Amino acid sequence: MKVLVPVKRVIDYNVKVRVKADGSGVDLANVKMSMNPFDEIAVEQAIRLKEAGKAEEVVAVSIGVKQSQETLRTALAMGADRAILIVAADDVHNDIEPLAVAKLLKAVVDEEQPGIVLCGKQAIDNDMNATGQMLSALLGWSQATFASELDIDGDKAVVTREVDGGLQTIKVNMPTVVTVDLRLNEPRYASLPNIMKAKKKPLDEKTPADYGVDVGNRLEIVKTAEPETRKAGIKVGSVEELVTKLKDEAGVL
Amino acid sequence: MAVLLLAEITDGQLAMDATAKTVTAAKPLGDITVLCVGATCAAAAKEAATIEGVSKVLCAEHDLYGHRLAEPAADLVVSLAGDYSHIVAPATTDAKNLMPRIAALLDVMVISDITAVIDADTFERPIYAGNALQTVKSADTTKVISVRGSVFDAAATGGSASVENIGAASDPGLSSWVEDKVAESDRPELTSAGIVVSGGRGVGSEDDFAMIEKLADKLGAAVGASRAAVDSGYAPNDWQVGQTGKVVAPDLYIAIGISGAIQHLAGMKDSKIIVAINKDEEAPIFQVADYGLVADLFDAVPKLIDAL
Ligand SMILES: Cc1cc2nc3c(=O)[nH]c(=O)nc-3n(C[C@H](O)[C@H](O)[C@H](O)COP(=O)(O)OP(=O)(O)OC[C@H]3O[C@@H](n4cnc5c(N)ncnc54)[C@H](O)[C@@H]3O)c2cc1C
Ligand SMILES: Nc1ncnc2c1ncn2[C@@H]1O[C@H](COP(=O)(O)O)[C@@H](O)[C@H]1O
Repeated sequence: MKVLVPVKRVIDYNVKVRVKADGSGVDLANVKMSMNPFDEIAVEQAIRLKEAGKAEEVVAVSIGVKQSQETLRTALAMGADRAILIVAADDVHNDIEPLAVAKLLKAVVDEEQPGIVLCGKQAIDNDMNATGQMLSALLGWSQATFASELDIDGDKAVVTREVDGGLQTIKVNMPTVVTVDLRLNEPRYASLPNIMKAKKKPLDEKTPADYGVDVGNRLEIVKTAEPETRKAGIKVGSVEELVTKLKDEAGVL
Repeated sequence: MAVLLLAEITDGQLAMDATAKTVTAAKPLGDITVLCVGATCAAAAKEAATIEGVSKVLCAEHDLYGHRLAEPAADLVVSLAGDYSHIVAPATTDAKNLMPRIAALLDVMVISDITAVIDADTFERPIYAGNALQTVKSADTTKVISVRGSVFDAAATGGSASVENIGAASDPGLSSWVEDKVAESDRPELTSAGIVVSGGRGVGSEDDFAMIEKLADKLGAAVGASRAAVDSGYAPNDWQVGQTGKVVAPDLYIAIGISGAIQHLAGMKDSKIIVAINKDEEAPIFQVADYGLVADLFDAVPKLIDAL
């Protein structure tokens, strides 16, 4: 079985985002970019499936600017076998929407025929939480979102999902699309020798036109604004003072 | 314009607060039909019919819909979609599972987690963990939207819309339910509680987390947690507050032993009053706290419990 892992290049999760003064978007020039943290978890899971003998090959795919190569090299250094880059934008500020990403991924799936696609649950830039579900719909496959446990057994996968009420376990038909949540695993770091080795692993470059997919956005970005910032309040000296303030000043107790 | 609004239903029970908040958000978009889906949902449908602003309730009761699986519910919604300009749902994990699937089947983009309706095509939504607010205008014929509940007030009840039973769509047979692990609790629900007490890594252990729960119970509050507290096993996953957990905006949020990472702030910075208890006076949580107490939580929390 082949595992397909879509990985997105996003602003590093430690970077404090700044909105551009003209309201046209957030400033991504010269900021640190990394693999979407959920996608690291997905890559880790794919490699573990391979190590457990349940998968033969791990293919990472990324859609975006040319520099997404770096993200794919990271996936290769972690242990993915091969990578596909679909260059769909020439400016980092042009984010490809989940629907277009899902259409491209469907085309890749049609070509590669993986047994499972492991997506992140959410890209931490657009916070859409949509691509995996959309891909599953386009393929007519089963879906298992927000996975914190995954076990593949023949033509079924058993997935425990993090949901609002707690945990839900479902059994889905293979092939399937799974989106991974924070507690599924702890991703490994790539070792230096593996980073070197990754440079020699195959990385195919494509364009949306190769797949006949229109990546035009359905949502026009009218403006991007800074949210209202909260001002720091006061420090209280003791528990007694805190209780008094909450009762008399804030009126919340 | 007409809205199909998916009610939040778990095991036959309507989540009134989440559903009624979504009704408020959807009101400017047109006439609202609420869709109730479940193995049993007649009672939920009856209750949904009392939400003011709802014109009609559709009730699809069938075994297929018993465990909130995405594939059959998406097929049902798609079979009804032709009559509506907007399909909306509260941004719960169920809807986040379902709405993108519906959108893709309709070949439209999903608009997740909106915080304001500007007009019928234009919506505001937070991006980058709430560090930016984006206004987007949709060019799609059908808008598929999930609504962030913490910014909308619940619509009142007292209405009496009609309830119509509808049949099930076909069974795609792609997945099946195995089990739910749900902790029963008498505490208020996290996303609708007036007070939330949250603990972080600073609490140090699952045993000590009981202290956070005790404080919450004293205040009649819900309990929340940071990702670090959940990852460390001090608290269950459904207590996680933040960018990738639950978003809350209670009257009072008490953060204990939580540093205030942007991913945590994303889930609570719209609370009315924020209290932080942390022994590190440089902790970023103090930058958003109305009242900060620099103290060891093992000293402060028991004192606070006694003082209340
Ligand atoms: C993709 C992604 C998604 C994420 N999503 C979320 C999310 O949804 N929610 C979330 O919360 N985080 C999320 N995080 C994690 C986030 O970045 C932080 O790591 C996390 O919030 C830290 O939790 P914490 O504040 O409990 O722990 P820490 O940052 O370790 O802080 C512990 C605090 O406790 C204080 N402390 C220690 N001992 C005591 C004591 N005895 N008395 C008083 N104070 C004490 C310390 O001074 C410190 O400030 C996410 C991260 C990523 C990468
Ligand atoms: N441009 C992209 N390239 C590769 N994978 C992507 C891209 N966008 C989204 N994904 C995948 O879809 C997941 C969810 O993203 P989103 O729906 O945008 O929140 C991510 O964690 C990735 O696994």
